[in-house]
Amino acid sequence: MWKRDEAVRPTSGQPVAPLPSSAPNVAASSPSTRTDAGPSMEKDIVNIGKSVVIKGELNGSEDLTIEGHVEGTIQLREHVLTIGPNGRIKAQVFAKSVIVLGEVHGNITASDKVDIRDNGSVEGDLMAPRIAIAEGAHFKGSVDMQRKGPAPQPQAKPAAGPQAAAPQPLQAPAPAQPGAPPAHRVGV
Amino acid sequence: MGLLDRISARKSDSEPAAYEAPAAEPDPVFATKALRKFLGCLTMRPLPVLIDLGPVVGSNVAYFGEQLGCKIFVTDVFAELDRHVQEGRVEEFGDFLAKKFTQDSASVDGILCWDFIDYLDRPAAQKLADQLTRVLRPEGALLGFFGTAPQNGDTHYNKFIVADDGIHLRARAYPALRGRQSSLLNRDIIKLFSGLRVSDSFLLRNNQREILFRKPA
Repeated sequence: MWKRDEAVRPTSGQPVAPLPSSAPNVAASSPSTRTDAGPSMEKDIVNIGKSVVIKGELNGSEDLTIEGHVEGTIQLREHVLTIGPNGRIKAQVFAKSVIVLGEVHGNITASDKVDIRDNGSVEGDLMAPRIAIAEGAHFKGSVDMQRKGPAPQPQAKPAAGPQAAAPQPLQAPAPAQPGAPPAHRVGV
Repeated sequence: MGLLDRISARKSDSEPAAYEAPAAEPDPVFATKALRKFLGCLTMRPLPVLIDLGPVVGSNVAYFGEQLGCKIFVTDVFAELDRHVQEGRVEEFGDFLAKKFTQDSASVDGILCWDFIDYLDRPAAQKLADQLTRVLRPEGALLGFFGTAPQNGDTHYNKFIVADDGIHLRARAYPALRGRQSSLLNRDIIKLFSGLRVSDSFLLRNNQREILFRKPA
């Protein structure tokens, strides 16, 4: 039995640790539900194995890991969707959190976070309040991180006041290091 | 030691050294003046729309998306250029760029052009400049870097990483299939972006010119 954390761990160039030889077929032939051993962290994990191809609408109310191919729509509104390193998705995705280690063609909407890990690939538009894209990940599309709510404003916009007309960066930048050269290249 | 031993020894010595070289050197960091002004232009808009012509950089997405509240279009034209070079269709790249930007006219508040123009021949650069000018909103800003030094055939692109202070940039080199083309003169750059006006122009110590363009209202 393998643990969920192992399935989503970044592989840093290594081929993804395959599921234990007995596990994938079971998961592939019939998406299986199991329970973690921890007494306080009881959680259902569903895995769609790499030989599984699904076309159509995929809805769920539990966390899901996909190692196979899915085309259509995936909706896990309150749960975490993990696209494993072998996962190939051509779908519109809606979930609470989406972790991408494989390939996604399609738009991803997450109410919490989209996380594209090293070697993960997304071609489509991302909409989520938090988005993390690792070095080595591939992404092509647009990113919209606007939080839903009244009158969304950039977080670090300078307080409205007398200098409102003067263009200033929104983010109050960290002061330059005291010893750093005033301008131009630092470092090499 | 025989001749063959010496040859094989040299070969095995050279391979790891060449492979490890990029990792050994830290990314050059340089301060920009135009970037801060560019950010100022962006933040004057309530929900700014930004086009980033470079490869995706996670920290840049977080900076522009989370901190500045931008909607970002990541359009890695460097990868597209590589693809065209690889397929032997680089002469078609200008036409590709002319169709690449599907945004509405005057719908974008800021464009990070980085140093991409340096890698293009003149007709392709003109088509790109026309498209960027078209999609830019009046009062919108475009930030570009332009080399000054004669090109020595180096084939790498730079991935520019914005520091949290919004002043410094880290340039991370990565391999390219096509080197920089000839450096443009200032007047050629201005002519290229004839629909925009130069708001600020700086010469950095790393011999790059950074130019901030604004679209007239």
